[in-house]
Amino acid sequence: MTSEVGPTGPKENRRDFLKYFLGGGVVAWLGAVLYPILAFLIPPKQGEVEVTSVKAGKLGEIEKESGTIVRFGNKPVILIRNSSGECVAFSATCTHLDCTVQYRKDLGVIWCACHNGRYDLKGQNISGPPPRPLDEYRVIIQGEDVLISKKV
Amino acid sequence: MKPVWKRLYDWVDERVELGGLVEFLGKKYVPVHRHSIWYYFGGVSLFLFIIQVTTGILLLLYYKSGEELAFESVQFITSKVQFGWLIRSVHSWAANLFILAAFIHMFSVYFTRAYRKPREITWITGMLMFFLGLFFGFSGYLLPWNELAFFATKVGTDIAGAIPIIGKPVMIFLRGGEDVTGATLSRMFGFHIAILPGIFSVCLGIHLLLVQRQGMSEPEESGKDMKTMPFFPNFLLRDLLLWLLVMNVLAILAVIFPWELGHKADAFASAPAGIKPEWYFLFMFQMLKYIPAKILSIDGEVLGILVFSAAGLLWTLVPFWDRETKRGTRGRFLTYVGIAAVVCIISLTIVGWLS
Repeated sequence: MTSEVGPTGPKENRRDFLKYFLGGGVVAWLGAVLYPILAFLIPPKQGEVEVTSVKAGKLGEIEKESGTIVRFGNKPVILIRNSSGECVAFSATCTHLDCTVQYRKDLGVIWCACHNGRYDLKGQNISGPPPRPLDEYRVIIQGEDVLISKKV
Repeated sequence: MKPVWKRLYDWVDERVELGGLVEFLGKKYVPVHRHSIWYYFGGVSLFLFIIQVTTGILLLLYYKSGEELAFESVQFITSKVQFGWLIRSVHSWAANLFILAAFIHMFSVYFTRAYRKPREITWITGMLMFFLGLFFGFSGYLLPWNELAFFATKVGTDIAGAIPIIGKPVMIFLRGGEDVTGATLSRMFGFHIAILPGIFSVCLGIHLLLVQRQGMSEPEESGKDMKTMPFFPNFLLRDLLLWLLVMNVLAILAVIFPWELGHKADAFASAPAGIKPEWYFLFMFQMLKYIPAKILSIDGEVLGILVFSAAGLLWTLVPFWDRETKRGTRGRFLTYVGIAAVVCIISLTIVGWLS
């Protein structure tokens, strides 16, 4: 019958069909195996409790010219009390490469030990590699309590 | 009556025909010339890798992964387990010596042009093992879950995150989430003890097979009548003697300078003053310090990473763009590139170390 016709005839067509059918099958099979593996590698989003404010301590217990790291949800926040007794708070995560900053009383700056980045006490990046200022938080004094909350 | 070892050999030989292998070893010769010394560094790297596998498996018997367990378990190993301090110290020191030996091996192959046809695949697998070695170092560094490692991992993965387009997914993949947490520790542990050793072993197998099959590369200026030395037993015994020396050096370093454990990582503590990456990342760290924060509106960091990646890629692909291969000449240009790389790495490492 027609199946035995020359090189461009139905025999070739049938061979092409089989080639694509089997080739496609292999690709689909690979996809079916690899997709779950790749999807498995992506960590699922963890449901985080949205924190809007935290209690950082009692005003009387925070010394002047000091800085402390406060846990804000799962992020570190630095609370600084300057020489005039005023409290300010910033994200303690350096905007350069994610290290945690500290208050340097001797230099009067917020300092990152990883790459010598410096911010002034208003959170502005003043020297070193940090590309932008630290995110600012709001400090509320309620009686004796010092509260830190997100800026809106 | 034949001796036992002879009968054992015959028993195996009857079944798997060892004759060919023995004949191959008997006919294997190593060229002798003024650069022969560099032939030994591949073997030294291999030896240190074997030490890493052995001590790594031993540490695995006591190590516990997890935010609340990792630091304590390493503390337990170094303080309670008999010779635990030694095994851990050897593992840390051998890791560093391995990177050093691999550096020397890589540069000696580069300068003697041993990567040229037909040894391109040997070079590529070697480079892959070198990068895997660095990743081994990076992932293993976090496992004790101490302060320095915590911030080093934050910085290292954040740098990966700065790569345009693919950076963020890569960072999340490496960290197992947005931040460096216990999830990161689990991932690094998995990389360090399963994924990397698996890939490394495949590369190592190909690498060693090719070295055996193709024999040692000879320097270009050598003539036809080069002096040689039988591989078995002459070269092998020299190899083993050097391995013994390396092991002694390792033992001295591990005993006299036991590896510090430091303080436990705390996500709510500031990065400690004087924090620095391991010496083999120091030149890149120092280089990044010199790049301004912004160059033509591109982040300095991003530019630095792109430059390092491009340089690493060019270096890995050197067998394919070394134009002098065809002419068979030694090629001055590539020697200058190599010298520049060595000078750059050494001087930046020293400056980084001192600053």
